[in-house]
Amino acid sequence: MHTDTKVTGHSGQVQAGGHDVGHGHASDLAHHFENHYQQHEAGNLGMWMFLSTEVLFFGGMFGAYTVYRYKFEKVFEQASNILDPLLGGINTIILLFSSVTMALAVRSAQQGKGKAIVGWMAATIIFGLAFLGVKAFEWKHDFAIHVFPTKDFCWSYAREMHKTHQHPEYKPNAPAKFYEEDAKNPESKQGKLFFFLYFTMTGLHGLHMIIGFGIMAVIMVYAWNGYYTKNYFVPVESVGLYWHFVDLVWIFLYPLLYLLGAHLASH
Amino acid sequence: MSTTVSELKAKGVPFVNNEPSKVTYLNHENTVASWLLTLDHKRIGVMYLISMTFMFLLGGIFAGIIRAELITPKGDMLSSDFYNKTFTAHGVIMVFFVLIPAVPASLGNFIMPLMLGAKDVAFPRLNLMSWYLYVIGAVFTLLAMLLGGVDTGWTFYTPLSSTYSNGNVMVVAAGLFILGFSSILTGLNFIVTIHRMRAPGLTWFRLPLFVWALYATSIIQLLGTPVIAITLSLLGLERVLGVGIFDPRLGGDPILFQHLFWFYSHPAVYIMILPPLGVASELVTTFSRKPIFGYQMIAGSSLAIAIFSFIVWAHHMFTSGISPYAAMFFSLLTFSVAIPSGIKVFTWLGTMWRGSIVNDSPMWFAYGFIGLFTIGGLTGLFLSTLGTDIHLHDTYFVVAHFHYVMVGGAIVGLMGGLHFWWPKMFGRMYNEPLAKLSAFFVFAGFNLTFFPQFLLGYLGMPRRYHEYPAEMQVMNVFSTAGALVLGLGYIMPMIYLTYAAFWGPKASKNPWGATTLDWTATDSPPTPHNFEGQPVVTEEPYHYKSTENKEHALAH
Ligand SMILES: [Cu+2]
Repeated sequence: MHTDTKVTGHSGQVQAGGHDVGHGHASDLAHHFENHYQQHEAGNLGMWMFLSTEVLFFGGMFGAYTVYRYKFEKVFEQASNILDPLLGGINTIILLFSSVTMALAVRSAQQGKGKAIVGWMAATIIFGLAFLGVKAFEWKHDFAIHVFPTKDFCWSYAREMHKTHQHPEYKPNAPAKFYEEDAKNPESKQGKLFFFLYFTMTGLHGLHMIIGFGIMAVIMVYAWNGYYTKNYFVPVESVGLYWHFVDLVWIFLYPLLYLLGAHLASH
Repeated sequence: MSTTVSELKAKGVPFVNNEPSKVTYLNHENTVASWLLTLDHKRIGVMYLISMTFMFLLGGIFAGIIRAELITPKGDMLSSDFYNKTFTAHGVIMVFFVLIPAVPASLGNFIMPLMLGAKDVAFPRLNLMSWYLYVIGAVFTLLAMLLGGVDTGWTFYTPLSSTYSNGNVMVVAAGLFILGFSSILTGLNFIVTIHRMRAPGLTWFRLPLFVWALYATSIIQLLGTPVIAITLSLLGLERVLGVGIFDPRLGGDPILFQHLFWFYSHPAVYIMILPPLGVASELVTTFSRKPIFGYQMIAGSSLAIAIFSFIVWAHHMFTSGISPYAAMFFSLLTFSVAIPSGIKVFTWLGTMWRGSIVNDSPMWFAYGFIGLFTIGGLTGLFLSTLGTDIHLHDTYFVVAHFHYVMVGGAIVGLMGGLHFWWPKMFGRMYNEPLAKLSAFFVFAGFNLTFFPQFLLGYLGMPRRYHEYPAEMQVMNVFSTAGALVLGLGYIMPMIYLTYAAFWGPKASKNPWGATTLDWTATDSPPTPHNFEGQPVVTEEPYHYKSTENKEHALAH
């Protein structure tokens, strides 16, 4: 009965001495967890769940990409050819190396080596910056040949520059005759869609990397001050998972955007 | 075993708790900051409840304006443009700011950790952050309304929202993007909590069914919401960059927007309805004084609904020009959702059958819920039938159908849950006759409002117009009159529940004689850390003894 203190079963016996609120807790154990194992498993699962959200977040874009790739197959291949698969390939390798250093950072955390975490994460950030540097170089060229999908986007100009292997300096507009050509050619709009997807997807990917840098910077400060222990290093492990995920997104982006169609044949 | 308030009262046993005030989550800190910076899932649940009630009032006012306009056939009260903005405001506020977070963010936040025997959710800081994201999202959305409103409907179909609407669309989209992350974080938090924070002995098949329902809901929040986030982002980029990702003039495809939109927004219906289904399971078993019939079927049907919800979205697009083969496929899949939904209704009936039903007010709401949900569900079958959908698409039949499911379901379920858990949340009892009156007003008013709309829709009255043919006036007047009764049914509990929270008679720990940890192992209201020690579970959740044990229980 409800006034009775003696309760059984689902009604919750109270386990004596299991846990006294606030006392006897290690400082690296949050108050609402029973033990380090539970805390670690919760943090870990939380990150996996977050990544599943991320998969669907990127998934919406991959869905849109798939639809237009199917609808405008020829133009998407031509557009993909304008991108440089060598630079994309180099970037893929750079990112894979950054994943290796990140894995080593997590390994250091498991061993309780705070300073090593900082070192490996610094290496990860350097690789990440190298990736973004290559990306910036590519984007600069992309701007110059007017494939950035705004008003001055010019499909025929970009095609022309690509065919003749030219690397022009950026000017606000492409020559007028190319815009006239674009106006007559419905494929220019389809090419613009490809580059819209290209910039949004790689842009979102780059944004994720920059967010990763920020998180790593915070973690490095904590790690340097010995905040993480063998019992508590969930944040390190989580940013590790996050970084591998960002890497993995690129592994999909690279073939979809850079390797589409036969680069050799359609030159 | 415990008994109910009414039984105790009949026996002359005082159900009020006369012990001196203890330290509770409500009184242990009193500053405004202690609320706004709290990491306590109970306080966050209460804050969600307050902010949602505010949004509900706003959305309700817009609904009232719509019904007032529709008293007469002529569009004489509002311009068509203002009418468009009114129903958009109503839809956006009610769908995104009330129905979707309704049960999980308020009752779920408060009750679920108690049911698990946990001290809090797994990530208390994220939990607080998700409330702030909710508030920021609401501020953006209301700002857009103040700037002149949006006229796209809550569905934001392109190219209406991209080419033909003003820039306020961007403000609302930004608000909903932010709100989306609030929903995602709640779902993430709940999944991890249910996986990792269960008390010793609380195995998966000993979980209360409300927890199962929240688990299924969280999966949808986690996997569906990011898609609407990216869709709204693409819409925004289309407007900013002038790229036609959804614009046919520029090579894009407006149908793609509909696919992406409904990929989230159909499952979103189940974010609204699954938690109240869980509430109903709790109410039916508690007030039937009988273990629930088909526990595993109910738990499984929640998961089945969550999974099915992701593969039926194109039933919103039968008339949009999708392939007829795709339409047949989606029609068939949509029909199959009726199976897990039917399982729930039949298991509730099976539970009530030969139970010792106690008709306290939460049970009244449960009856209303079951009735309205059944009508809403069955009329869904009319719409998933390809042939009839062509006739009924975009008519008031659709409006009536989704109000039966989303309001008759989600809101009535929420009200049932609030009446059930109010003594737990605030440690005080409300006025029972008033509660029953409110349950009656809601049920009667709801049917009077929305049943005529089925008929209007069948006669061909299209949705989203501020005028209609004169011969349709009678039904529309009925509908508006019903809205008044319904409004009364909503306002009453806001008053008597608020009154009860402060000044009602004190409730005992377990006034309904329920068997789950939230009732048996915590005080009413709970202490700041919920439990005195770590509760241990050794039995199935609903171990109500059958009728013959009742005398024995009372003799305790
Ligand atoms: Cu649907």
